[in-house]
Amino acid sequence: MSFIGQSVKRLEDGPLLTGKGRFAADIAIPDAIYMRVVRSPVAYGRLTSVRIAEALTHPGTVAVWTAENVVDIPPIGFRMTPVPGLEAYRQPVLAKGHIRYVGEPVAAVFAADACGAEDIAELVVPEIEPLPPCLDPVARPSEFAPGCNTETAVITKAYGDLDAAFATAHAVISLELAIGRHSGVPLETRGAIAVPEAATGILRLYGAAKVPHYNRQALAAMLGLSLDRIHLHEGHVGGGFGIRGELYPEDVLICTAALRLGRPVKWIEDRYEHLVAANQSRGSLHRVRAAVNEHGFILGLDDEFWFDQGGYLRTHGVVVADLTCAMLPGPFVIPAYRSVGHVRLTNKTPCGTYRAPGRFEASFVRERLVDVIADRLRLDPVAVRHRNFIAKNAMPFRREFSALGTEIVYDTGDYAGLLDKFLNRVKWESLRVDVARRRQAGEMVGLGFGFFVEKSGLGPFDDVRIALGGDGIIQVITGAASIGQGVETVMAQICADGLGTGLDRIRVIHGQTDRIERGMGAFASRVTVMTGAAVTIAAAKLRRELLAVAGRLLQTAPDRLAITGDRVLLRDEPGGPSLDLAEIARGAGGELTADATFSAAHMTYPYGVHLAQVWIEPDSCAIAVERYVVGFDVGRAVNPMLVEGQIAGGAAQGIGAALFEEFVYDASGQPQSVTLADYLLPTIAEIPQIEVLLFEDAPTPLNPLGVKGAGEAGIAAAGAAIAAAVDDALGRVGAVQQLPITPNRLHALMGELQAARQQSPSR
Amino acid sequence: MSDRLDVTFTVNGDKRTICVEPRRSLADALRDDCGLTGTHLGCEHGVCGACTVLVDDQPVRSCLMFAVQAEAARVRTVEGLAAGDKLHPLQQAFWDHHGLQCGFCTPGFLMLAVSILERDPDIGEPRLREALSSNLCRCTGYQNILKSVLAAAAAMRK
Repeated sequence: MSFIGQSVKRLEDGPLLTGKGRFAADIAIPDAIYMRVVRSPVAYGRLTSVRIAEALTHPGTVAVWTAENVVDIPPIGFRMTPVPGLEAYRQPVLAKGHIRYVGEPVAAVFAADACGAEDIAELVVPEIEPLPPCLDPVARPSEFAPGCNTETAVITKAYGDLDAAFATAHAVISLELAIGRHSGVPLETRGAIAVPEAATGILRLYGAAKVPHYNRQALAAMLGLSLDRIHLHEGHVGGGFGIRGELYPEDVLICTAALRLGRPVKWIEDRYEHLVAANQSRGSLHRVRAAVNEHGFILGLDDEFWFDQGGYLRTHGVVVADLTCAMLPGPFVIPAYRSVGHVRLTNKTPCGTYRAPGRFEASFVRERLVDVIADRLRLDPVAVRHRNFIAKNAMPFRREFSALGTEIVYDTGDYAGLLDKFLNRVKWESLRVDVARRRQAGEMVGLGFGFFVEKSGLGPFDDVRIALGGDGIIQVITGAASIGQGVETVMAQICADGLGTGLDRIRVIHGQTDRIERGMGAFASRVTVMTGAAVTIAAAKLRRELLAVAGRLLQTAPDRLAITGDRVLLRDEPGGPSLDLAEIARGAGGELTADATFSAAHMTYPYGVHLAQVWIEPDSCAIAVERYVVGFDVGRAVNPMLVEGQIAGGAAQGIGAALFEEFVYDASGQPQSVTLADYLLPTIAEIPQIEVLLFEDAPTPLNPLGVKGAGEAGIAAAGAAIAAAVDDALGRVGAVQQLPITPNRLHALMGELQAARQQSPSR
Repeated sequence: MSDRLDVTFTVNGDKRTICVEPRRSLADALRDDCGLTGTHLGCEHGVCGACTVLVDDQPVRSCLMFAVQAEAARVRTVEGLAAGDKLHPLQQAFWDHHGLQCGFCTPGFLMLAVSILERDPDIGEPRLREALSSNLCRCTGYQNILKSVLAAAAAMRK
């Protein structure tokens, strides 16, 4: 039987259900001291001194550090999209000279226990001369440091003759669209425990996530350690979503402290810290215009946007703007194109990626635009999309630029086919009739959809070692990471299919840098594609070796053998002699291993559509999502239940982003969203049943399984679909110009529409 | 803040006496003084519900309750749900219906659901949705949590 394609129950759930998980805070190391970070209360200013004398006299104090104690530690570098000349914008591990956002680490206190460290931290007083903060990314750039200003980079992606497109256009449609600051906000805050092993001289960092191998290299370089003197270890991880596991100042501080103080150091972030210190994302303003012919075909698309980066560039560099530029055209041909992204520093928490970076934003902008084009030309929005879709037979389709260092080549896809199938399945026409009837009866109800193209399976490589031990246990060792998405189950399914065994002997080891030399980690919806492909190759190798050894032991040709469950037996003689896997490993000297590397120069591009039906309660301006459906072509689903779980979770985050979630700052740069009562994650009361329609019509030829990544599709077009549905409920296409659509914003919008209707009653 | 107090309560049927600062939360006492790290802290301000435990059969945010307030109380945590290797029907249902992804909110949801079903074994979907809205999950989109609790309710009625 094949495990691929089966909704196998997760192998990782047992400990998590019984309270035996090992999250960062659960790791107790004897003799550990605790770190508390003192953070800036001011958004922008000159840091003249840090008063630590009183803290140093506290009996519980082990050490108090300011920037002076870490002058030899370089700022944190870029993991992705290195653009030359950006080094000046990196964040120091402790603020030096200037303060650039509320929450910036100014000092670190080390004490014998966690509560004591908090007490002592309150005795540390940063002396800051406040300066007027820059909070608007669209404002004219100001000086960041001598010789460089707050416009860190301008990313441009363009092709075709844009001037000609606009010169010959039947109509030009322009929009200004804003997206609020959001972030992943995993339920587990960040945490890290650094342990200096006296016996081995190795520094071990627990609480790693997402990219342990990269962070090991980066930390080794920053701390001046040889690579064999540092290892990172991933335990259970309470949600990732792009923000968790990147290298942050706190990780560097506790490693430095563990080495210098010679003791284990533990740091667990509190929720306030998380909401001011961990990466945020999304905040941007787009000015976009399209040149169209009379049929709604987009001749040219011209976009300029400003990304609200916050106080520094972090590990992601300028990748969000890069992806926004690259993915804005989405499923459409668009013969002439230009997108210009300004990555601007502001005095807010710095940004990185959040699930579907660039695509959530780009889908919102592009699908808004297409809906308005259809409305302006009095065309059907479905028909306009059909007119613009890249045809199935045009695949593979190359865009004339790259993203994440890879050329963009859409591998496979039938966008028109998916949209038609999807709209048939949800009975689009009758839904529209129902909604129109309810509106006629006075309800404010609306229906909308948004199409998206995702990217997944970022290379360049992944390594896997599969080892069958003398105990009969099969270890799949990978440099991938688990952030809660079900990696162990999916890799075990792929391994079991490749070997022909069952699942129960397979153990998947991930996120341990002392178990495998290289690894890329978990991001960019890459693990099932990249690691899965490497497992496929390694399993095939191991199977050949296993059968060869078994053939020797059973004195028969390997091709006469079959693997069933845990045993190897004669294909034609099921009741005959057989061997347990453990006996074969022992027969081979104790262990049988196979290594494989899978490399990919190009990403693979899944795609789909989101549909939302919303109802507006006119008095409170609350928006209820009555129905939410995601149609998604994943190429091939290894475990449909887990794919659907990814989609449903992403959609809930997307609904949150569209309606509730926003990091708000006041005029002085004080963050206003510093508890979970301010930054509103949706509860079950706000999330309807997420219906998922999975399709496998366009498997990719780029990997042996044909799979595409599923991690980010659930959120990608949520803003687009909900905005379209709210437009429909309001009776004005293009009305929604800003996310999230909070009750205040909706109230203002309804007032404007009312006023406009009174002025021109004919519309 | 160093004057410590003795507190005695039962956790999952075991009597425990711990000596804690008055400011210590029940959650910290369970995790650090009793070694029961299955109860998780997601926000420490009573919004997320990850730290939900049962105190005298009532679901409480253990981050908002002082350990000293649990004097003589009967505390139940996720570690006490399974009977040996036999999972509680709710644990089994969460497993069967993919009711968890990262698993960080899961102990809180399990304990919340235990109290809901103990009070109202026949609870229907609308009221169950309302009751479950007191906890946050960031991974699942909630549908499988709802499905799991409904399935467990059905199994427990048998």
